[in-house]
Amino acid sequence: MAVAGRRYSRRSMVPWYRGKRTQKAIKDVLAFSILTLGAILFIAPFFWMLSSALKRPEHVFNPNWIPNPVAWNNFPDALTSVPFHIYFKNSAIIAVISTAGTVLSASLVAYSFARLRWPGRDTWFAIILATMMLPGVVTMIPTYILFSRLHWVNTFLPLTVPAFFGGGAFNIFLLRQFFRTIPMELSEAARIDGASELRIWWQILMPLAQPALATVIIFAFNGAWQDYMGPLIYLSSEDKYTLQLGLTMFKAGGGGIPMWHWMMAASLVVMLPVLIVFFVGQKYFVEGVTLTGIKG
Amino acid sequence: MTEATAARPVREYKRPFLTPWRREALTGYAFAMPWIFGFLTLTLGPMLFSLYASFTSYNITTPPHWIGLGNYSFIFLQDPRFRISLYNTVYYVIVKTPVVIVVSLGLAMLLNMNLPGQRIFRTIYYLPTVITGVAAIFLWVWILNPEGLLNRALGLFGIRGPNWFYDPAWAKGGLVVMGLWYIGGPILIFLAGLNGIPSHLYEAAEIDGAGTWAKFWNVTIPLLSPTIFYLVVTNIIGAFQVFNSAYVVSQTAGSNPGDPAQSLLFYEVYLFIRAFKGSMEMGFACALAWILFVIILIVTGIQLWLSSRWVYYES
Repeated sequence: MAVAGRRYSRRSMVPWYRGKRTQKAIKDVLAFSILTLGAILFIAPFFWMLSSALKRPEHVFNPNWIPNPVAWNNFPDALTSVPFHIYFKNSAIIAVISTAGTVLSASLVAYSFARLRWPGRDTWFAIILATMMLPGVVTMIPTYILFSRLHWVNTFLPLTVPAFFGGGAFNIFLLRQFFRTIPMELSEAARIDGASELRIWWQILMPLAQPALATVIIFAFNGAWQDYMGPLIYLSSEDKYTLQLGLTMFKAGGGGIPMWHWMMAASLVVMLPVLIVFFVGQKYFVEGVTLTGIKG
Repeated sequence: MTEATAARPVREYKRPFLTPWRREALTGYAFAMPWIFGFLTLTLGPMLFSLYASFTSYNITTPPHWIGLGNYSFIFLQDPRFRISLYNTVYYVIVKTPVVIVVSLGLAMLLNMNLPGQRIFRTIYYLPTVITGVAAIFLWVWILNPEGLLNRALGLFGIRGPNWFYDPAWAKGGLVVMGLWYIGGPILIFLAGLNGIPSHLYEAAEIDGAGTWAKFWNVTIPLLSPTIFYLVVTNIIGAFQVFNSAYVVSQTAGSNPGDPAQSLLFYEVYLFIRAFKGSMEMGFACALAWILFVIILIVTGIQLWLSSRWVYYES
């Protein structure tokens, strides 16, 4: 109380521009300006895509921002020139299944590494990290042979099933880091009350790690949606193609001429679902998780 | 547990098989099982095959032919492109990692402030990450063209921009600049990390009279250290493995992968050329891959060892 009293009396003596409120306002205006400036840089590529998507083919390399004339029909033309609804369905099936597999299994595995003690744990964790370190190019062919022996080639299985086996080292590592920041006292209290580890994982850790889980969902969905090599290697019949494979068709275009304007239009449409997932997912950053009442 | 044991008549002092310690160990293995199973069935085999292939002459179409340390001795003793690509890659790792971490942390802190329009701002900063495949590369070559968007923007401030991907001295810089548009991921991870810092810690620091700077160093950084550690480790691994952007950009700007003047000949670009271009030396590429594996392993090992000195965990 004595400290607060002294602070109060000193505050009345500082000039207005050094007052707490003014300082905060200056800080906010500065932050807002930096964010706006950065946002212009970050949105520029998107606007340029939009502009190219609305140009006529002979104007695509023209540096003007505003297309003249505006070729609105690029969008319906691009989307009907290849069977996009089939590709969309395939991409959606793969992305949803593999995202679900990634979140569930990565969080389960990460729980084990962050919150439980067992012999060999640190060695296994080192192996998890090690799997990120070998360039994928050299395991691509043996992996393909493995999947073809399992008769998984030209099915969605190579693109979805591996997600259920831990969801990849990056996600396990990420969730492990977040789980380790949640106070151990919470788990111990639940254990004393007789809760099983499965229950602690699902009812305590998962709700508290919502921002991290939202991050993993956004990454997993984005990764599956934008995956080009996987579908290229494993899917051969056209009715199983994904959107990314469909998009490259515009590069070969009609008679070998790249259809950049169509590609930009179709790319913009393809981006939409990922943006929607992001927009919904970021709700968990705004609302946040409060750990009030717990001291670490 | 204890109640049940106590209720039973005590006949002998034999410990039950499932001691709390054993129970936790079994649960630990059970929870980690999805990954362990997947590793043993899907990942380990192909990894061991590539290790074996690194000691062979192997061009994918015919069976591997054992040549012992032949690939390794050529790489270490006679291969100038190995040295160039390793130099380029290490340069890229050293320049790019701190830039990405500092810029994304700064932006994440701004995006975490209580300001109007934050949801829109966050979406805009994530937008470039969402732009897909071929369209994105096409876009980048156009933006970093000598007369492209970036240089025209710099021109507004009277700065004459470099030739980026057409100039060996600036090509790697161009790639780092290009990478800055893709920091939506690190920003997101930092936002999730900032979100987990309990606000009462800031309030306590304020009562102690801490200013913005003191709060940043004494609350934000320690509590964010697990997140920073994750991003440093994964970004270094990712930068060591830079391939896609470098490969496509160099082919668009020059005629060979790695152009201009081998300035974009990164380790994995070189590995890819060996594996799939010309005579398809997959065995040689596997040897290159395992050398990179060991390099990254050592770098990551050092970071794990140092982490106990600066990474702060709750448990």
